[in-house]
Amino acid sequence: MHASTEPQPATAATALPDAWRVECFRRSAADDPDGAGLPAAAAELGVEGLQAARLGRGVLLPASLERGAVERIVSELLADPILDEVRLTPPAVAPAVPDGVRRVLVARKPGVMDPVAQTIRETVARVGLARLADDACVSTFRAWELSGSLSDADTALLARRVLGNETIEDVLLDEEGLFYGPPETGPLHGRVEVPLRDADDARLAAISSEGGLSLNLEEMEAIRDHFVAAGREPTACELETLAQTWSEHCKHKTFAGTVVFSAPGEAPRRFENLLAETIKRATDELDRDWCVSVFHDNAGIIAFDGEWDVSFKVETHNHPSAIDPYGGAGTGIGGVIRDILGVGLGARPIANTDSFFVGPSDLPADELPKGCMHPRRILRGVVHGVRDYGNRMGIPTVNGGVWTHPGYVANPLVFAGTVGLIPRSCATKSVAPGDWIVVAGGRTGRDGIHGATFSSAELHEDSETVSSAAVQIGDPITEKRVLDALMTARDRGLYRAITDCGAGGLSSAVGEMGEELGARVELETVPLKYPGLSPEEIWISEAQERMVMAVPPEHVDDLREVFASEGVETTVIGRFEDTARLLLRHGGEVVGDLSMAFLHDGTPRPVREAVWNPPDHADPGVPPCADPAAMLVELLAMPDVASKEWIVRQYDHEVQGFSALKPLVGTRGDGPGDGAVLKPLADSPKALALGCGANPRYGLLHPGRMAAAVIDEALRNVVCVGGDPDHTAILDNFAWGNCDEPDRLGALVLAAEACREAAVAYGTPFISGKDSLNNEYRIGGRTIPIPPTLLVSALSVVPEVARVVSMDLKGAGNGLWLVGATRAELGGSHYFAALGLDGGEVPAPDLARAPALLRTLHGALAAGCARACHDLSEGGLAVAAAEMAFAGDLGLALDLSAVGALEPGGAGDPDATLLFSESTTRFLVEVEPAAEERWLAAMEGVPLARVGRVLAEEVLEITGRDGGRTARIPLADLRAAHGGGFQG
Amino acid sequence: MSTPRAMVLRAAGTNCDGETARALELAGARAEVWHLERLAAEPARLEQLEILVLAGGFSHGDDVGAGRVWGLDLRLRLAEELWAFVERGGLVLGICNGFQALLESGLLAPRDSEAADREVALTANTSNHYECRWVTLESAECACPWIVGGERWPVPVAHAEGRFAVANEGVLERLRAAGQVALRYVAPDGSPPDYPANPNGSVADIAGICDATGRVLGLMPHPERNVSPWHHPHWTRLEAREAGEGLEFFRRMVAVAAGVAV
Repeated sequence: MHASTEPQPATAATALPDAWRVECFRRSAADDPDGAGLPAAAAELGVEGLQAARLGRGVLLPASLERGAVERIVSELLADPILDEVRLTPPAVAPAVPDGVRRVLVARKPGVMDPVAQTIRETVARVGLARLADDACVSTFRAWELSGSLSDADTALLARRVLGNETIEDVLLDEEGLFYGPPETGPLHGRVEVPLRDADDARLAAISSEGGLSLNLEEMEAIRDHFVAAGREPTACELETLAQTWSEHCKHKTFAGTVVFSAPGEAPRRFENLLAETIKRATDELDRDWCVSVFHDNAGIIAFDGEWDVSFKVETHNHPSAIDPYGGAGTGIGGVIRDILGVGLGARPIANTDSFFVGPSDLPADELPKGCMHPRRILRGVVHGVRDYGNRMGIPTVNGGVWTHPGYVANPLVFAGTVGLIPRSCATKSVAPGDWIVVAGGRTGRDGIHGATFSSAELHEDSETVSSAAVQIGDPITEKRVLDALMTARDRGLYRAITDCGAGGLSSAVGEMGEELGARVELETVPLKYPGLSPEEIWISEAQERMVMAVPPEHVDDLREVFASEGVETTVIGRFEDTARLLLRHGGEVVGDLSMAFLHDGTPRPVREAVWNPPDHADPGVPPCADPAAMLVELLAMPDVASKEWIVRQYDHEVQGFSALKPLVGTRGDGPGDGAVLKPLADSPKALALGCGANPRYGLLHPGRMAAAVIDEALRNVVCVGGDPDHTAILDNFAWGNCDEPDRLGALVLAAEACREAAVAYGTPFISGKDSLNNEYRIGGRTIPIPPTLLVSALSVVPEVARVVSMDLKGAGNGLWLVGATRAELGGSHYFAALGLDGGEVPAPDLARAPALLRTLHGALAAGCARACHDLSEGGLAVAAAEMAFAGDLGLALDLSAVGALEPGGAGDPDATLLFSESTTRFLVEVEPAAEERWLAAMEGVPLARVGRVLAEEVLEITGRDGGRTARIPLADLRAAHGGGFQG
Repeated sequence: MSTPRAMVLRAAGTNCDGETARALELAGARAEVWHLERLAAEPARLEQLEILVLAGGFSHGDDVGAGRVWGLDLRLRLAEELWAFVERGGLVLGICNGFQALLESGLLAPRDSEAADREVALTANTSNHYECRWVTLESAECACPWIVGGERWPVPVAHAEGRFAVANEGVLERLRAAGQVALRYVAPDGSPPDYPANPNGSVADIAGICDATGRVLGLMPHPERNVSPWHHPHWTRLEAREAGEGLEFFRRMVAVAAGVAV
């Protein structure tokens, strides 16, 4: 049935796929925005010769189908009748290509997840378009047709940098030989032993590095000694299990390790467990009765209202995002959503938060280190990844941030967080002997092998090529099906415990669930995407969208029926047994048999050295500002301050219908809101506020003050919109350089200690966290660490949704009040960055007064005294005032002389200090004249100054402390500066 | 007549079913959420309903095309039952992805049309990406019995493929003449919209259309996201509100289903 009238039969050289080839191109360029937009993207790369481009959606269908069946699949399913033209090419025939175009084909590498192909395959069978054999293959590709005068080199550059990502995709230039069929498999094996008992140190190190295990010598020795005592060699499965479980990513062995800290003029201090003695200790000391579950589960849980609790977790997903920003960010979101599905007996995700730390978008191409993607491509990729995964999951992305610094060029950071709603009765879980181990969700493939160990190692020039197997591809709809099924199964009580398959795959999930008991797993029962996986690949694959449950035998049938009703596969893969061992079998053969005690507690606990020497910067004081108007315009355009609207609008921030305050507010929706508010319970007036804080500029100068300042910032953001500081929980996410280096670890100790002090002072416990401690990039013999980075995320209960306040100015004639004390704290400020100054005083919250200030302000807001409230952060008072004004389409007259004496003494230029200092715990609050008396009474005891008046005229006026006007700027100029930056 | 009964239909990847059911309940209907596969197994359920709503989301990931797979399921597996439902007087509403699926299902076209006969499409926004923002709609004088012509109301959109396109000018003229253009994007003051007031580049600013009977309506915006007093993006600037404007949209639909003219 292969038509012989078509051009060009296959030759061995071109290896044309033995499959029907369907390519659907849009008839009109107006309907092909991807194609129409490509010349501009090419020009950005410096490729000028591209005149036009078209994108075709390609599908390969089994050669065994009759032409009529293929044509029916095309017309019913694949092609749009009014928009598309279709090229159908029979199997093993070269497609007819229009004259004068260059073709670039981009296809997923064999074995990489292809959700669209899976959908086509399922749909064809389900609706009866054709019969497909069980092993019939469907795959998809993109066909780009480029016209113009493009050199080979330009075509290749465009193909690699814009059209495809060779980490996960094959990119073919003017070549039609697409791969078709199941991925090739390596030689199959069963039990493999790794000779370790006689290995010397050099051999141990080689086994770790060649196997991608990321185990250090001390750990390899501990494993060797364990097996010497056991009188046998370890199996490959056992070694991999230990590598996953002991990885920095899973174990946090540095943060939870023993550290001796020394600093000039201080006696050395020893922490047996840094995390337990800092972050967790604060939570213990505070002992808040609304803390339901802290630190030990996949996420933290706090009480919300009535029978409902809320859970919160933020994860890091950095290394995968560096080599595949789109896939890395998407699976980052997918992973943290599963953390929420796997906390307690499972929570329903109601909000996402996403923060990125990236290099400058305008980085010159010649300053890009070898092997790195340009920050622009990374930022676009991660935004699109979050968008496509979060939106498809139907979870609103309501909060987040973007921080830009050259220190992230080679090592971008991606943080993804999720909030979930969970019934009070579902916070705890247990596993009982005899429970079946059931895996639900997607099938297991060779994707994401060594993700956990990869993310625990430093990145280097070749990470892109050698680590591609560590990248996973997400399939959000599979995860959405799991979510829908899981909520039903939870409410019917069909399982006893649940966790997600994340880093380390089944090895971590089953290993953790069975830690107190023991487990037996039959690896050949795990459903596979394609045959040919070795036992250890099955065991550690990080294939996405899988959950593991402990299911009492009497519920297995009901559970399987519930999941099947949503189209989700469930498989019994083993049993929890009271053996205290982890027993792995494959085809009847034992491929692993580890004691749970060694697996979880056998990690060596080395003593790490930490030192701190403060960076040596001269304090530049506070230089006066010659032109505050020009400075304000410059600050508004700096990337950390500038509008993120191009990102926020691509996220669905309203799905589920709980939105009560959106991330963007004000008359035109261009005001950067402080926190987002959700009202998830129909019969309760209570709401939830979400906010975050981070500041790598402070981190570089003073990690301790940075930590306290970003906690203050996260709290300001939720208090601003109505959150109760006495019912607020926070999360810590540290991203640091290599903490085997004493100076990096010293900075971490300072930050962790500051976290404890600040959390205790504010009364806000940490309830969960995650760290990523090996963010260095190696070029040749040099390594570059990222700036010390701490993201603090806050989840706060708003007592009464009707009292929520937004940051946009509301009415001419109202007063604008500065709340909180301003000090000459400009170290790490945007003002200094604009002036090119280093050093200076990093803002330090006054822990003796700040907590009371937050409580007092919350009381005033809850009493309805204010019309608008905005926190002062990057860029200080000037930036906050400008944002409030243009968001409300109302002018503002600021009078700096209204502020009393500055503390302490007001070093440097007082106008510049007032306008641009980033002192913490400060707010601008709009109050109606009629409410002034109540406002003053409510704010008794707090530093307060009526620093401005709202104007009808759309202008920002600033009067200096000496009474002279120093600036008068039309709001249109401020808005243009704020919104005129990088737009994706 | 007793309380109208509504089914919110979903498929794998639908994600607006919860709030859509809540909006219908607030509007006075009794709402249940069903998976397509359950309806395919028990299609007789439709005989006990007055309202069927296809909820928004990303059915089947919008793989291949937005709403394509879900619409194909409806067209090839449930056509008889769905046409019988409409011909009996049942009301059908498709919101966002539900509208996309409704187009693919053929329910907005004359009965017995083939997939290849479809003359309108919802395709990639001119911006070529997903956008979530509030827009202003103007209801048109049209065949749909629960749309009141001339009203302007705010509502959010959230989609990547909402640009209404037609095969040719004649299609547009026929839709207008038959009263099938139900909802249009306008600038907040009612004047013709530029981007982003027309958020996706839809031809003739069309946000929603109905079938010739008026009983089947599809729209890209999300009225179910503007039902509470706190949904509107400016509620902190406005006087206290009882409800969002989208609730009235559902109330009228429920009233018509109950046999009350609006």
